[in-house]
Amino acid sequence: MSVAASSRQPRSVVASAALLLAALLPVGCATRAESPVTLRFWAMGREGEVVAELVREFEAEHPGVRVQVEQIPWSAAHEKLLTAHVGRSSPDVAQLGNSWMPEFHALRALRPVPATLAAAGVTREASFEGIWDTNVFDSVAFGVPWYVDTRVLFYRRDLFERAGVHSMPGDWAGFRRALEAVKAQSGGKAHGIFLPINEWVPPYVLGLSAGAGMLRDHGTRGDFSSPEFRRAFAWFAQLFRDGLAPPVAHSEVANMYQEIERGTFAAVITGPWNLGEFARRLPADLQDDWATAPLPGPDGPESGASTAGGSSLVVFERSRHAEAAWKLVAFLSRPEVQARFFRLTGDLPAMRAAWSDSALANDGRIDAFRVQLQRVRPAPLVPEWELIATMLQIQAEAVARGAVSPDSALARLDRDVDRVLEKRRWLRERERGASR
Amino acid sequence: MRSDRRREASAGWMFIAPAVGLIAAFYLLPVLAGFVLSLTDFDLYAIGDPSVVRMVGAGNYQRVLTDAGFWAALRHTLFFVFVGGPLSMLASLGSALLLHEKLVRGRAFFRTVYFAPVVTTLVAVALVWRYLYHPTYGLVDHVLAWFGIAPIDWLGDPRSALWGILILAVWKSFGYNMLILIAGLQSIPEELYEAARLDGAGAWQRFRHVTLPSLGPTLLFVGVMTMLGQFQVFAEPYVMTQGGPLRSTVTVMLLMYEQGFRWWRMGYANAIAFVLFALMLITTLIQMRLQRGSRP
Repeated sequence: MSVAASSRQPRSVVASAALLLAALLPVGCATRAESPVTLRFWAMGREGEVVAELVREFEAEHPGVRVQVEQIPWSAAHEKLLTAHVGRSSPDVAQLGNSWMPEFHALRALRPVPATLAAAGVTREASFEGIWDTNVFDSVAFGVPWYVDTRVLFYRRDLFERAGVHSMPGDWAGFRRALEAVKAQSGGKAHGIFLPINEWVPPYVLGLSAGAGMLRDHGTRGDFSSPEFRRAFAWFAQLFRDGLAPPVAHSEVANMYQEIERGTFAAVITGPWNLGEFARRLPADLQDDWATAPLPGPDGPESGASTAGGSSLVVFERSRHAEAAWKLVAFLSRPEVQARFFRLTGDLPAMRAAWSDSALANDGRIDAFRVQLQRVRPAPLVPEWELIATMLQIQAEAVARGAVSPDSALARLDRDVDRVLEKRRWLRERERGASR
Repeated sequence: MRSDRRREASAGWMFIAPAVGLIAAFYLLPVLAGFVLSLTDFDLYAIGDPSVVRMVGAGNYQRVLTDAGFWAALRHTLFFVFVGGPLSMLASLGSALLLHEKLVRGRAFFRTVYFAPVVTTLVAVALVWRYLYHPTYGLVDHVLAWFGIAPIDWLGDPRSALWGILILAVWKSFGYNMLILIAGLQSIPEELYEAARLDGAGAWQRFRHVTLPSLGPTLLFVGVMTMLGQFQVFAEPYVMTQGGPLRSTVTVMLLMYEQGFRWWRMGYANAIAFVLFALMLITTLIQMRLQRGSRP
């Protein structure tokens, strides 16, 4: 009889059956008789394909547990997870994009990470703190980073060198001078950097680097008019005004790699997936000429912050096999498993110990990510963030196109964001009223 | 006498009770629930804790009507209704007339070919069309190049993406109306044409004064159904572009879906649904009034 079937029967029957079993069998056998447990594990895209291979080893270690990997396409993952939770058919374990954590936490869909994981070496200190913090609400973690993702600078080293820049400056002023030099050296044909205006990441990471918090009053109001964000936004706008960045979207650039090859753009801010793409799409004679670097900051390299992206592993509140589920999470967090996962997918491991693997340690281009990951900070942990980010993008696009001044764009942004966060203010008021 | 009638009436009620019950349970109740929901701010927080739902009255409707995103989506939807609808009707009518013509050979074959898109899965078809529209190796741009037209990035360019989807939608749906119109054409008595011919009517006049008036009711039905369908365009942009590039292909239905199932703002999504419903009702009434007015 399966576990699922027995649990529907009256408790007393189950209890007496268990008592009977316990009386009849030696203890060791009794625990084995509980099985088989089937864990439903939802993973997305390429990760889903690869992890099915990794969990076989976990099953071998835990004979009573079977892991059923269900592969969800990325484009439908968010909706599927939400509807699964609402429809009470959520999986036991799932891969969750870090930016979705606030939503699922607001839904009360996730279990807090138990102490057993810390005992297995899965801690904030063992991973990258900035990434780990995307999962922490009121000092409680609700997920374990699986792989990480952040944005760094990809650039044409040869173009910068030809312009007399031999090492990438770590501060905004120096970086700007470098871009000016590249543009001047090309005779004005090249733009220094490609900051696609259909993305919210460029203005966001600049604000992050300047120390802006984006939201204030416990995430209930927009704070884009703060001196920090205004400083970053003014710097961002100036790049477009001076022609160091072209006001174009991704769709207006037919092929980014071609433009980088031609030298139209000498640099771009992008993520780890482009390590593979650059290697594949740039011609062979350019392969030694492109490099990566951590993002420059307003006050020197230490201040250059970036996004805390990637995916975490979570266990759903409704899971009936939470203990086994967390064991699977601990297994997937082992440094050697993470290193293998990196070799299979190219996803950067979330556990620092895995980075000593030779595949990661000996690649200079990956090194920029290692440095950057020490300087990542989570986005505001509110479910509305994704919406707010698209609103930021819309205002940044208007500024880049020269349609509005930076300050009035930010005032408008704060007004729109305040409207979106109205519910949070009300919730907070209510909570305070209740505690009074 | 009186009690007889009452008994008859109650028997009548009992006969329709199953149908009325089903309609009430599966149609009226959900619509009512949706309307009540549209007066609340039911959202993500409310799923986690139902006690935080607030009544907001007409607030959602007010927000829908002041949301620039909604008006953009409505513009795209109306483009489908007033450009895609007539195009689809013309394609249906044209192909129906061709296939009704007795001189055409292989009519059954062509009827099947034209109808095939209707019964194929949209997702599979969309995949093929994405290749056809590809700017570097797509067939569409290849053919356009013969006429010296520079390649168009059909789905990547915000100016052309809506046209790209519209063409697919018309191709996908015209076969259905074509079949209905063929049936309508077949029901026109041959004598009418003979009489018209004897009176010296040319091909155009026969079409104008015999075919069109006889097809009137069929055309009204097809027109209303096509328009209602165009108001609800969802799957084509969802599969082809997900509303991009630059939100240039977001329709009202897609916006509603996004608000409801992506951001989980159910109250707001329901308000969009009712606004769309009101629009469709008004347009249908106008269309029916126009058709009635044009009849002699």
